[in-house]
Amino acid sequence: MQYNLLNSIANKLRGIGHRMIERTWRLGVGARLFGLAIVYSGESFKRFNLTLREIYFTGVMSLLIIVVSAFFVGMVLALQGYNTLQKYGSSEAIGVLVALALVRELGPVVTALLFAGRAGTAITAEIGLMKATEQLSAMEMMAVNPIARVVAPRFWAGVISMPILATIFSMVGILGGYLVAVPIIGVDDGAFWSQMQANVDVRLDIVNGLIKSLVFGVACTMIALFEGFDAPPTAEGVSRATTRTVVISSLTVLALDFVLTSFMMVV
Amino acid sequence: MDRTTIDLWVGIFVALGFAALLGLAMKVGNLTSSKIGATYSVTAAFENVGSLKPNAPVKSAGVLVGRVDSIVFNGKNYQAVVSIKIDKRYAFPTDTFANIYTAGLLGEQYIGLEAGGDEEVLKNGDKIAKTQDAIVLEKMISQFLFSKASETETKSVTNTPVPNAVDNTPAANAKAGKSTELGDPPF
Repeated sequence: MQYNLLNSIANKLRGIGHRMIERTWRLGVGARLFGLAIVYSGESFKRFNLTLREIYFTGVMSLLIIVVSAFFVGMVLALQGYNTLQKYGSSEAIGVLVALALVRELGPVVTALLFAGRAGTAITAEIGLMKATEQLSAMEMMAVNPIARVVAPRFWAGVISMPILATIFSMVGILGGYLVAVPIIGVDDGAFWSQMQANVDVRLDIVNGLIKSLVFGVACTMIALFEGFDAPPTAEGVSRATTRTVVISSLTVLALDFVLTSFMMVV
Repeated sequence: MDRTTIDLWVGIFVALGFAALLGLAMKVGNLTSSKIGATYSVTAAFENVGSLKPNAPVKSAGVLVGRVDSIVFNGKNYQAVVSIKIDKRYAFPTDTFANIYTAGLLGEQYIGLEAGGDEEVLKNGDKIAKTQDAIVLEKMISQFLFSKASETETKSVTNTPVPNAVDNTPAANAKAGKSTELGDPPF
């Protein structure tokens, strides 16, 4: 009896330790994959149309969801902001509110979350399936490096697409906010833009937002690539890896957002 | 190199990205308005600059004419030396008055220049002699309270020699500044 109790506790502890080691292992493999993707990226830039193709699939195909959601996010921000601001008689500040919220936070973060769901899952499933159908092994057999041929172009496509998507998100969101604030609510057109221009700083707000989206691009794409590469070569393994991509990417983006914001506040 | 439709779409995508960035920089950000052309710099010493910061606007008649370049502390006479960059197009007389104002009740602080009547104009490196410090709200309130308190004191002093002439109702006491059962009057 005593022995059984101790044994079950030891098993629990062993389980925790095992999971910790497993996570650390995966982190190490992911870091190595990241390093290899950087090292072999020269080769992928030589054949740039590979990267171009991936930009088409991750960036261009994500445009619709980004534009539509940005439009609605901007409109909701304007409506909600107006509700509170008019209590203080400063409904002209609605432009500042919408612009700062989008450029600083919502643009990069929501884009990254949508990107993880729209493009990250596709990358994971594609690579996972390539692995399950032994296409990656076949490449190695033909002396084609799968990291240079498959991973690096997708990595760079994600890193290039994300800031572009985030910028488009912010701009479309501001246009959506404008559409609600000026013609529908009736905020003064000139005040909307001039207040915005007076309070949004190019260096502190717009460039920082771009830096954020670049970092999110690296993180999301790398997580998706790694999960695909690491997936067990079964139908179940690929499906689990796809789920994990979304979960880990979202958590990483939100955590990184806090870290980056705190760094940017100090400067 | 072969042209494909994918190239076209990626091109449109990148162009959209640049257009959005340009829109953010020009229409949303202050890239256009923060640029002032050639400038000359003058300094002004203040006893207290309040929360004035570098890059704060310098306005004359409400129009932006320059920006604050730097604020340093002078350890010899314990003053803040503010150097201001003013647009070359605008010349100000040497007896120009520099005030630190607050935009709105709680807004940011800026320097307001009020032109004097001198024939000579300020040149690069000149010093503005006439300045007025930032208003510190706490100081103003305490001064106000202090002056009010001394006012009531003198009133009550003038009232005491003729005690019989005044009635002793609480309202009259309060008017005269005497303490009543309600406590001391606030001012």
